[in-house]
Amino acid sequence: MSKTDLSRRGLLRTGAVTSAGLALPTIFTAQSASAFTNDPTGGTVTLGFNVPQTGPYADEGADELRAYQLAVEHLNGEGDGGMLNTFSSKALEGSGILGKKVEYVTGDTQTKSDAARASAKSMIEKDGAIMITGGSSSGVAIAVQGLCQEAGVIFMAGLTHSNDTTGKDKKANGFRHFFNAYMSGAALAPVLKNLYGDDRKAYHLTADYTWGWTQEESIKAATEALGWETVNTVKTPLAATDFSSYIAPVLNSGADVLVLNHYGGNMVNSLTNAVQFGLREKEVNGRNFEIVVPLYSRLMAKGAGANVKGIHGSTNWHWSLQDEGSKAFVRSFGTKYGFPPSQAAHTCYVQTLLYADAVQRAGSFNPCAVAEALEDFEFDGMGNGKTLYRGADHQCFKDVLVVRGKENPTSEFDLLEVVEVTPREQVEYAADHPMFAGGNLGSCNPGA
Amino acid sequence: MDAFLLQILNGLDKGSAYALIALGLTLIFGTLGVVNFAHGALFMIGAFCAVTLQKIFSLSFETVDPDKTDFLGNPLKVKTPYVESWFGPDLGGAIIDWSVPLAILFAIPIMIAVGFIMERGLIKHFYKRPHADQILVTFGLAIVLQEVIKYFYGANPIPTPAPDALNGVANLGAVIGMDIIYPVWRIVYFCFACLIIGAVFAFLQFTTFGMVVRAGMADRETVGLLGINIDRRFTIMFGIAAAVAGLAGVMYTPINSPNYHMGMDFLVLSFVVVVVGGMGSLPGAVLAGFVLGVLESFASMEWAISLIPGINQIIIYLVAIVILLVRPRGLMGRKGVMED
Repeated sequence: MSKTDLSRRGLLRTGAVTSAGLALPTIFTAQSASAFTNDPTGGTVTLGFNVPQTGPYADEGADELRAYQLAVEHLNGEGDGGMLNTFSSKALEGSGILGKKVEYVTGDTQTKSDAARASAKSMIEKDGAIMITGGSSSGVAIAVQGLCQEAGVIFMAGLTHSNDTTGKDKKANGFRHFFNAYMSGAALAPVLKNLYGDDRKAYHLTADYTWGWTQEESIKAATEALGWETVNTVKTPLAATDFSSYIAPVLNSGADVLVLNHYGGNMVNSLTNAVQFGLREKEVNGRNFEIVVPLYSRLMAKGAGANVKGIHGSTNWHWSLQDEGSKAFVRSFGTKYGFPPSQAAHTCYVQTLLYADAVQRAGSFNPCAVAEALEDFEFDGMGNGKTLYRGADHQCFKDVLVVRGKENPTSEFDLLEVVEVTPREQVEYAADHPMFAGGNLGSCNPGA
Repeated sequence: MDAFLLQILNGLDKGSAYALIALGLTLIFGTLGVVNFAHGALFMIGAFCAVTLQKIFSLSFETVDPDKTDFLGNPLKVKTPYVESWFGPDLGGAIIDWSVPLAILFAIPIMIAVGFIMERGLIKHFYKRPHADQILVTFGLAIVLQEVIKYFYGANPIPTPAPDALNGVANLGAVIGMDIIYPVWRIVYFCFACLIIGAVFAFLQFTTFGMVVRAGMADRETVGLLGINIDRRFTIMFGIAAAVAGLAGVMYTPINSPNYHMGMDFLVLSFVVVVVGGMGSLPGAVLAGFVLGVLESFASMEWAISLIPGINQIIIYLVAIVILLVRPRGLMGRKGVMED
């Protein structure tokens, strides 16, 4: 016969100890679940701005950096607030992020994947950056996005236009505000049809890397759907400077449209060479020969000079837009720096605000909480109309601009004019569209 | 057939730039024995002489147009170039329009001075050092020069167009009943390159100065023993080589908008041209420049790329390997040069 000597006090004591013992691992588990890479513990939070400070896109990188600095000012309650005043979400109050003052470190991507990864790694590991953003190349964006996924920080992409960034190379920790090659094709095609008809013959010159391939695939599909015939597609080396030997075959190819799937210095040189060879004045089958540049930027237009006049392309955003968000941003940026912002500056500024807003709404810097707050977030007042950050692939869907090189610019910045604001519905696509197939978003990685 | 002829023209045009840069490289190597990796930077500085002159001609004063506004909604400041104000819109506009050809006159003294400073200030201290040291110091100098240019002019290409009168196309095949459309400025560039190459050869061949330089290239010590200050003449040749590269750069600006990196784009190719032509051989450099330019153009044709994918990117190096295997001295190389 056993004797159980159990008093009320003993039972309480035993229960408390048992509960504490059982709860202890749970506390540890819970603590480790909330821990994440570079959890900011002091009064500040550090963002990492990874932009090309050297190399061919250094000017674009400088404009991105200006935009980031402006965004930090606005987040910390300095300056006129810019788009914080027009942003539909009112979570941000100009008091930093979750009450922490925003600081930043910068890295130089050099527009080289390995250098960009190294600078991002350094900012994460040495400087404690909680988020990485920036860049002017799809190759770089995909490389850094992969690194951020492994490191457990959020990557808010800068200027990257390849379908692959949110297609086959998409990552749960990566988010893109900038539009993509598919959207360029979808926006441009109807305008091209109205301008040039539906029985054109197109010749493509394409930069031989990820962005060029997806740009060619997208614009080719969009124009062929109109009834255009693709006469030829020729890949050109990324390092090419003189495109005369690629332009010359166009002359007798029977094509009456040249599509230049080039960006940056490639685009400046190929367009200049095409104009030199008289393609703008050429007639084929009784019709004017036309040149199309699917992805335009103001800095490229500046480099190509008068050659861009009358040439159509697409762009993510332009400073001449008259919505309240764009006007607020242009006013802030222009007052501070003396000239209007580029589309690269715009997307970088917006990405920083979107990240900060997501943290504020989530109430946490945990990348998984931030990702959840960004996914399927719909907002307005940031310059492109109502915008959706689609959860399925982390791609922003918004209005896209079709632009044309201006015939009579009034200043060195007044180089492009908006021909059409293509509504968001026209550039949307299914998350499993074949051009974006092959990737897996995976699951969010908080790191640590 | 038209496409074939067009690629020959393209090749000759590309070859013009290669030949001019390689000619200067060879002059420096032949006279001073220096492998000058900063020569591409001299080409780039020449191009920026044209940019600078265009900027000087475009210097403007501002007047406020109350009827128009800028991007911030302030009254628009309209810029009027001083030259248009001084000489009238027609003549002033023509001066700005012709800034690239006028930059030839602007660039010659600047490039000679840059060459002198480079040679006297830095390179002469490396004459007796191994070629590896010379390559390192001149390559470092090239990086410094391009970063200086980037600091002042930015990284973005700067449009520097040809005069309107030379901006169109010409049908070179009209006389033979063919349709060979080619840009006028590229024809001008080819003719200009031929003129410069001819002038350099004539200078070396038919002047006393040139004769002494050639003698110095063949046997520096003997010329020195004759009481001739060959070092001074070689310094002048460095200046001339710098001017040749600079002029090639000036005239190249309408073909491709200049940027700080353009020198590096040409440097490696030009060295291959020098090696293929034969180290120290001036005719070899010119011949190899044109030959490799034409081959590069043909390699960019669709049939070539479909036959051997990527041939357009490797053709020059492939030819260099074959030439060096078959004829290690290059096409017109002299015995004993770089063979020790």
